Amino acid sequence: MSTVITSQENAAVASYDLHHEHHHHETFISKYVFSMDHKTIAKQFLITGIIWAIIGGFFSVIFRLQLGYPESTFPWLEDILGHWAAGGKLRPEFYYALVTMHGTVLVFFVLTAGLSGTFANFLIPLQIGARDMASPLLNMMSYWFFFLASVIMMSSLFVQTGPASGGWTIYPPLSALGDASLGSKIGMDLWLVSMAMFIVSSLLGGLNYITTILNMRTKGMSMTRMPLTIWALFFTAVLGVLSFPVLLSGAILLLFDRNLGTSFFLSDIIVAGKILPNEGGSAILFQHLFWFLGHPEVYIILLPAMGMASEILSVNSRKPIFGYMAMVGSLFAITILAFLVWAHHMFVTGLNPFLGSVFVLLTLLIAVPSAIKVFNWLTTLWRGNIRFTPGMLFAIGFVSLFISGGLTGIFLGNSALDIHLHDTYFVIAHFHIVMGVASFFGMFAGVYHWFPKMFGKYLNNTLAYIHFWVTIVGAYLIFWPMHYEGLAGMPRRYYDFANWESFKMFGGLNEFISVVSMIVFAAQLLFVFNFFYSIFKGRKVTSQNPWEANTLEWTTPVRPGHGNWVGEIPEVHRWAYDYGKDGRDFIPQNVPIGEDETTH
Amino acid sequence: MKDFFVVAIAVMIFVIIFQIAKASEYVSVLKGEEKSAKQNNKINGFMLIGFLVFGLIGAWYCNHLYYGKTLFVQGSASVEGEEIDNMLFITIAVTGFIFVITQVLLFWFAFKYQRNDNRKAFFFPHNTKLELIWTTIPAIVLTVLVVFGLKHWFLITSDAPQDAVVVEITGHQFAWEMRYPGKDNVLGKIDYKLYNMPSGNNVAVDFADPASHDDIHVSANMHLPVGRPVKLVIHAQDVIHDVGLVHFRLKMDAVPGIPTTMWFTPKYTTEEMKVRTGNPNFVYEISCDQICGQGHFSMRGTIVVESEAEYRKWLAEQKPEYFTLFPDMDPEKMNHAKDTTKPVTIAQVMPVTH
Repeated sequence: MSTVITSQENAAVASYDLHHEHHHHETFISKYVFSMDHKTIAKQFLITGIIWAIIGGFFSVIFRLQLGYPESTFPWLEDILGHWAAGGKLRPEFYYALVTMHGTVLVFFVLTAGLSGTFANFLIPLQIGARDMASPLLNMMSYWFFFLASVIMMSSLFVQTGPASGGWTIYPPLSALGDASLGSKIGMDLWLVSMAMFIVSSLLGGLNYITTILNMRTKGMSMTRMPLTIWALFFTAVLGVLSFPVLLSGAILLLFDRNLGTSFFLSDIIVAGKILPNEGGSAILFQHLFWFLGHPEVYIILLPAMGMASEILSVNSRKPIFGYMAMVGSLFAITILAFLVWAHHMFVTGLNPFLGSVFVLLTLLIAVPSAIKVFNWLTTLWRGNIRFTPGMLFAIGFVSLFISGGLTGIFLGNSALDIHLHDTYFVIAHFHIVMGVASFFGMFAGVYHWFPKMFGKYLNNTLAYIHFWVTIVGAYLIFWPMHYEGLAGMPRRYYDFANWESFKMFGGLNEFISVVSMIVFAAQLLFVFNFFYSIFKGRKVTSQNPWEANTLEWTTPVRPGHGNWVGEIPEVHRWAYDYGKDGRDFIPQNVPIGEDETTH
Repeated sequence: MKDFFVVAIAVMIFVIIFQIAKASEYVSVLKGEEKSAKQNNKINGFMLIGFLVFGLIGAWYCNHLYYGKTLFVQGSASVEGEEIDNMLFITIAVTGFIFVITQVLLFWFAFKYQRNDNRKAFFFPHNTKLELIWTTIPAIVLTVLVVFGLKHWFLITSDAPQDAVVVEITGHQFAWEMRYPGKDNVLGKIDYKLYNMPSGNNVAVDFADPASHDDIHVSANMHLPVGRPVKLVIHAQDVIHDVGLVHFRLKMDAVPGIPTTMWFTPKYTTEEMKVRTGNPNFVYEISCDQICGQGHFSMRGTIVVESEAEYRKWLAEQKPEYFTLFPDMDPEKMNHAKDTTKPVTIAQVMPVTH
């Protein structure tokens, strides 16, 4: 297909818009800022997410500097951070603030909003055959609540006493008492208000995704014909809608404890020499409320990556995804189990041992659907005809990281082992690999795969390959050695290990990890550059279906306008994975079943 | 000036990479995209298999390099921790096996089944038998791990033996306080509202409770006898802390308002551990394992494990806190006083706050 046809198609889209929406005049504001087009909103989420990812990643580089070189000073740090790094050395208060904000930003703003927000918005209407979301207005509000949350969180970085610094899990009483820590002063209130806004955003988005998927599928698109991306995004939205409100309640109660003198989470406290009047609350109650979201949150981050990896592995192996129903079933099982395992984060809080044992059982049950997914991905590759596009490499990397990080979950889910490993670097290694880096790989795979659909341009391949190889090698170099530190019991969230006879032997290793993390961060900047450069100057996409994929988004024009399809929405006649069937390389979903076609 | 050069070099490297990337894009257009895609495919296929090989060698090398630092060599310093070490080994063996198999399959399949125009992908949408196999096997393996895990879990979290040495440990920003029950083997009550730093009652002991009068209070350094079960009663005053005992393979949160306990049996004295680890500076450390504020990383306590005789001798040398705070009541100074236990004078020293 040539560029000429493409521009004709674009013209057709424009005339379609004119014809059907002649009342709707698009200005710059309505097209790019307060847009109700799901594709534009998706890009807004993605670009905001990328900005947050750079900020959150930069935080980690700064605190890795402290961990890698605890005895050195860096005068330029003072230039950037002012009194927080007086004399070129990070202050402990600010080290903890950076650790906290790194976690908050990456877990919520990047891997929840940036990942689900982007791909649920972009892919749901395009892949199920809808012109837009069920409620474009709520969709737009979802982004702007996220934006508001971002502004508030950002502003907390600039208050006198600094941002929240009690860890991203903000356990009270530390987070409830301004006297206990500088970060628990105004910075903590801003954190809580920002999260409340974020939860509103997530709920508006989630309700919209669920409604759209259930009600707006095109003719023939039964639930069992949906691509796995849509199934994953559907379960993600269900998880978010059912669990985020619980965090909201926890956040509000904590705000009450902080500002109105209530005692939901406070009892028997002496802080800064003062005896507090609060009695009868339970600090552990907050942990239950937090982890009731916090654990499903892990799957909110992971499931979209799983869905996209499934899709991309299948397309680029030129083979159907193996065991489609088992893949859907395991997503469903993970969704249910995600709600029933939260207390495995609390094995050492003095939890009733019997309750602990129930959570051990339920936690390790998750390994079964996870194993099914891994083996199904492997079988999808088996006897395929694999093209290593950048998206495909990241999808393969996702599977590798998911295996590595998933297996260490078997250690931590077993409460007896968790007693030794809890809150050590083993935990850091585990969750960074399995939900941090793995989900980032899913996200990168998605960006590389759908960038041509988003912007009508290709990303530069060479930069993409460099990005992939530096990132996967670097990720393993950073997090693999941390397992050994964790087995040695080295506690996380330590600013300096110099005074510890038991932990100071890892100094050289910490320096190595810090150096690698800086290289990996630089490689991400390369990606960011590639992303923005290619939007404007990238090689133009000339083919409607560059990856030769079956799903509906590739039946739209190269640059779909508002409304996605010119004329009728295509009708769906088959599932999304007819690759290599009957000797044909691929059969798109909108192709009717042939008379002599075999059924599977 | 040095900073400037570092930044300049970084920018240079970026520009060079970008130029190469841009040039290779033009080359691929000239050469034909189909052909350059095939070439890229070959290169990445080899890199994937190379990554697998070097990755596995690297993992082995890491084991070689760090195994000695992971505490396994010296073994658990508590009887209960031995079981945890055993379980860690079993779990490492099981997961290590699965890890190698799945990673090898992943990268080998990717390499072996890379694009080849002479071959067609095999249409293989599902196979119930295979799926049942890899549902059942993980389920069985996990059941075994869960059964062993829970056995140890219930042992570790069970009630401490009756004859256990009882020590109370209280965390506050950013230090540990220890209290021994004294001759009567009963810890005096504590009530956070009686906290009074100026008078020295910083564990908030209720001295109206006669059981508190022989209690011994020490800061930062705990003494324990070897070979006897020890029960820790854990408190926190301000925020959540965590008593982390890395050599004993145990930890337990210290939560304000909710006392917790944990028990274990030290196996080796500190002196024995110095020999076992070959480190003359060896010391049992108590680390705070729950973020508790800016001084979290410095919240360090130590434990001296010694022989029963040494322990008794040390204990005998400690003076009950009651007599430190109320010298008037000390029988050594006022052995003629009749009502040493009378708490009348407490009100004078500590204004009642509730």
